[in-house]
Amino acid sequence: MNPSVDALRTTFGSAIGRALDVRGDTIVYVQRERLRDVMRWLRDTPGHEYHYLVDVTAVEYRDRERPLEVVYFLRALHRQVDLRVKVELDATGDLTVDSVVSLWAGADWLEREVYDMFGITFSGHPDLRRILMWETYSEGYPLRKDFPLRGRFSRAEQVRQALNISPEANYSMEELSIADAYDDLPVDMRERLRKGERGRVQESE
Amino acid sequence: MSKRTVELELATPGLDAQGAPVRVPLAPAPGDAPDLGAEHMLVNLGPQHPATHGVLRLVVELDGETVVRVIPHIGYLHSGFEKLGEYRHYNQIIPLTDRTDYLSPMANNVGVAMAAEKLMGIEITPRCTVLRVIACEMSRIISHMVWLGTTSIDLGAFTPFLWAFQERERIYNLQEMWTGARLTTSVTRVGGMMADIPDGFVAGLKEFTRTYPKTLDEIDHVLTRNAVWAGRTQGVGVLTRDEAINLSLSGPMLRASGVAYDLRKDKPYLGYETYDFDVPVGEHGDVYDRYLVRLEECYQSNRILAQAVERLPAGPINVDDPRVILPPKSRAMSDMEAMIYHFKQVMEGVKAPVGEAYVGIENPKGELGNYFVSDGTAKPVRWRIRPPSFINLASIARMAEGRLLSDLIAINASVDIVMGEIDR
Repeated sequence: MNPSVDALRTTFGSAIGRALDVRGDTIVYVQRERLRDVMRWLRDTPGHEYHYLVDVTAVEYRDRERPLEVVYFLRALHRQVDLRVKVELDATGDLTVDSVVSLWAGADWLEREVYDMFGITFSGHPDLRRILMWETYSEGYPLRKDFPLRGRFSRAEQVRQALNISPEANYSMEELSIADAYDDLPVDMRERLRKGERGRVQESE
Repeated sequence: MSKRTVELELATPGLDAQGAPVRVPLAPAPGDAPDLGAEHMLVNLGPQHPATHGVLRLVVELDGETVVRVIPHIGYLHSGFEKLGEYRHYNQIIPLTDRTDYLSPMANNVGVAMAAEKLMGIEITPRCTVLRVIACEMSRIISHMVWLGTTSIDLGAFTPFLWAFQERERIYNLQEMWTGARLTTSVTRVGGMMADIPDGFVAGLKEFTRTYPKTLDEIDHVLTRNAVWAGRTQGVGVLTRDEAINLSLSGPMLRASGVAYDLRKDKPYLGYETYDFDVPVGEHGDVYDRYLVRLEECYQSNRILAQAVERLPAGPINVDDPRVILPPKSRAMSDMEAMIYHFKQVMEGVKAPVGEAYVGIENPKGELGNYFVSDGTAKPVRWRIRPPSFINLASIARMAEGRLLSDLIAINASVDIVMGEIDR
């Protein structure tokens, strides 16, 4: 068992949940409210110094009773010690965790991917947008267990949406603000954007 | 953007008394001087652009030629591999990994098999260990050769591209000999290998390791002290040591920034601690150092290959466990017990115990992690790939903003991205 777990318990007390030793790797569960404090402590405290964030991901079990888990893989590079930190989220409740981008810049895209695939919101993330799916994707969160393998919409509907997407949807509003690109758009595109119809496809009859 | 015209007087106003043209000093046209610094430009690079190495799209805000902002768009190649993995047996996941980082398929096969073996508590055989080292290092060489070739084309050098792809072709021929495929290798199985190496493979690999450094020397000779190459790469895309760690970079990107971290040395797997090789580390963290690190890694991979092929032990390639390894077809057709094992494996798959396992291996592009979570069935609850080039690419905005547009091309090339892995 990784000695950081005992140190965490003495510092944070009941905010640290159970700790497991699975095939040589230590997993420690942390209360959601204290996540960022725990992470900052793990990164900055001498003797622990997990400076390197290996990965951020999430797990949803097939068993609906079990909560979703957000998993952080931490590593102390100079000591060759790994620690896996998990936060449990009730799938029916509020899927929000504190972002750790302020601690590790590398978490930026990793948290965006978890948001994109699981619908977990990272509060305090500077730019939480979908990353692998497109911005106007409306079928849900692909890696959730209630999401069917082939997507929610029929293949015909997916094709129809792909063909009908309006061209201005390829740029975000932030990008269209660059160099007044918005003013150079054709009138119909500007009209759609003004009405807030960015990339929305009309319902099929 | 409003249109601007700048009027210049170019012609001389006439001839003087001696018949010679009157020379007028070049001066701006009268009137208000145009404000050239005011307007930014929006440039869309990709997704179909040869310098973005795949379907990467970069929306760039330019001030003149200076990059003000880079907004990357990815996902054009998203295939949902992680979702597909949840519907497949562990051995059926291996073909999916060919298609993630398709420039080093055999190393991906090794990574996912190792994660499944850690989950199931399987110890592989000595021969299999060495064969996997050979697979990993062959992959490193072909991946770095593609990187070297395409990057040199991006920066205007065509010849190294041809040399690099010629060497890659020789590895591909060996790969084809071993697996029957050039790209979709699927060379590993949980607990062993898909096939042993064929006759003539060892001789072919020895011949490769003997002659390959000569090509590397040639590439080194053409590029390393080339003024154009150095000018376009030195001091470009600099990331400091602390930045590289904070951005979770891995592989040559991390080492070029001066962090001596290589999983083969620091968390040895497949017996890498018993091979004699060096890990090159840069000091400036720029594009040039990334080039030097990758070039030297090619030499070192060649050293490992030469050692591995010498020590290749005899013996079985698969573990002796009928629950995970299919019996030979001849036995499955004649022996009742073997047939039952065959049937159970094909129909039910190999059940993994409840729990989870993460294995990170040093892939050509960085740390490739495979994370399996199992609920005791034959299909994983969650299969996560830690994609090294996805995480490395996330740093592109920080490296490119404030630099020139031509530097953005060099920086993007230096990350060594492969969209199959980024989008998964």
